[in-house]
Amino acid sequence: MPVLTMREAISQALWEEMERDERVFILGEEVGVWGGTYAVTKGFYDHFGPERVRDTPIAEGVIVGAANGAALAGLRPVAELMTINFAFLAMDQIVNHSAKLRSMFGGQFTVPIVIRTVGGGGRQLGATHSQTPDAVFAHFPGLKVVSPGTPADAKGLLKSAIRTDDPVMFIEHATLYQVRGEVPEGEVLEPIGVSKIQRLGRDVTIVTYAKMLQTSLLAAEGLAKEGIEVEIVDLRSLRPLDMGPVVESFKRTNRAVVVEEGWQSYGVGAEVVARLYEQAFDHVDAPIRRVSQKEVPLPYNQTLEQLALPQVEDVMRAVKEVL
Amino acid sequence: MERSEKLRLYREMVLVRRLEEASATLYQQGKIGGFLHLYIGQEAVGSGVVSARRPQDRVITAYRDHGIAIACGMPARIVLAELLGKATGCSKGKGGSMHLADPSLNFWGGHAIVGAHLPLAAGLALADRYQGNESATICLFGDGATNIGYFHEALNLSSVWKLPVLWVCENNKYGMGTAVERASAVSEMRQKAEGYSMPSARADGMDVLAVRQAAETALEQVRSQGPFFLEVATYRFRGHSMGDPERYRAGEEVRRWQEDDPIGRFRQHLLGTRVAAEKDLDALEAEAQAEIGEAVRFAEESPEPAPESLFADVYVEEAG
Repeated sequence: MPVLTMREAISQALWEEMERDERVFILGEEVGVWGGTYAVTKGFYDHFGPERVRDTPIAEGVIVGAANGAALAGLRPVAELMTINFAFLAMDQIVNHSAKLRSMFGGQFTVPIVIRTVGGGGRQLGATHSQTPDAVFAHFPGLKVVSPGTPADAKGLLKSAIRTDDPVMFIEHATLYQVRGEVPEGEVLEPIGVSKIQRLGRDVTIVTYAKMLQTSLLAAEGLAKEGIEVEIVDLRSLRPLDMGPVVESFKRTNRAVVVEEGWQSYGVGAEVVARLYEQAFDHVDAPIRRVSQKEVPLPYNQTLEQLALPQVEDVMRAVKEVL
Repeated sequence: MERSEKLRLYREMVLVRRLEEASATLYQQGKIGGFLHLYIGQEAVGSGVVSARRPQDRVITAYRDHGIAIACGMPARIVLAELLGKATGCSKGKGGSMHLADPSLNFWGGHAIVGAHLPLAAGLALADRYQGNESATICLFGDGATNIGYFHEALNLSSVWKLPVLWVCENNKYGMGTAVERASAVSEMRQKAEGYSMPSARADGMDVLAVRQAAETALEQVRSQGPFFLEVATYRFRGHSMGDPERYRAGEEVRRWQEDDPIGRFRQHLLGTRVAAEKDLDALEAEAQAEIGEAVRFAEESPEPAPESLFADVYVEEAG
């Protein structure tokens, strides 16, 4: 099986879907002539042309708004928001329109859009360009929220996101583009709303996704050397949230740590922990821990920034605390 | 214009007026919840503009949408059923007054966030161009919407991409209770189109034939050259919504405008040009009145949405 970077896997998914379906087109800032600020759409403009790879003004409201409108009229737009921090400028379109146009009009409308965007910290971009507000978007019924942690999942989930008739926020992590992994060729469709066990282990269940999957895998290697075997469940989709494999794993290990890059308050961890207590209370052998970003706007200084972000050691410590 | 078309327009405007009067009564009776924004006084804008379209042209508007829905061909009983939150409403009772739509009539809503449907209009027009359709999108909005970022983003994009959109600003002099001159840096909204290199025109919104003519001319431009901005001067005779104390305008001002009632003016025109006699117009008014009476009955007798419909249509497919 070919080994690809996350960037190549995402690019391949987009390319294949555009070849497959003429209704699929891309719009966003610097997606065309520039080739994408993360180089995901490099070569697309020359191959698919300016009608299907549309450079927009720097105006997030109308990027998502026009994508919503085009989707209503039968196209399948992939709107790129350069970073998830800029999605706040399009919040009304995402929350009040993408997520609601179908149910609010009694099912008369279909909004098959994908909002591809990039989140996460760790690149010294300062407080406004480094956020991981995934949970904010997962709050709203009507949206699907997907965030892959491996190249294979990135490809398979993006293809599914483009094909589903519902609006999808597809959140990529800025520091995962160089991560490599085996990616099946051609038609791979990973289902949205299905969690996946990425590592087997008997002692503790780690529930995580996206960048923190990679961090958790590293922590698992370190813990294995100390004789601790963790099982890792990758959520992959935050909405719909598939608790099946999480609960199943927890019933075997009776101990869990939830690892997320975003802030703890009202976050993904809060949701997962609450559901675990609701669905598997009788199996709890230790208080469930959360590992997450410190509750501060992320600083520019590298040392401070890394201090605020969850590290491998933080995960290892939390696992030992629940043992 | 054919005589029959003039009479159709007259009947439609009267129908909208009677619909809105019936809605106000139903609201006061507590049968309509939430917000209710009446179109009374602005009927000539909706009927004039929408009647200029071809069937393939799309229409999208803001929350003062009952008159636009009727002009697009939605039956009054379906409008009223939605206002009463019934299962037989166009949006199955989930949208209410501000969210009327029927894509089969090429009517794309009824949108409740000021300015937010302007980007949607740009997207609808983009889809038509992408697919090679010979369609235009007509997007109506109030003067208040011209001060929000969406307006500028959408007008700019439509001009850069030469999208087939007719932007129609219904300038009724107030954004809720704030007069245009207290909210906008320029007094004519069409001046804002100049910043986007977009041609524009103004029309008298109390004269349905003038609106129709202006919209026809504008749509020709849209089809051949791209976006066009049409500002229509109008006035709402009622408050912004039900329950508006109207402290921001004098009763005398409202009375002056009411003397220039678009329906009264059109009636005088039809009589003066001998297109119709009193009895012809009286008969149309009686028809409209009867249609609204039947529509109210239909809406009131329609079933409530079933409790199990609560979870319907949130997603096309829950997972997958």
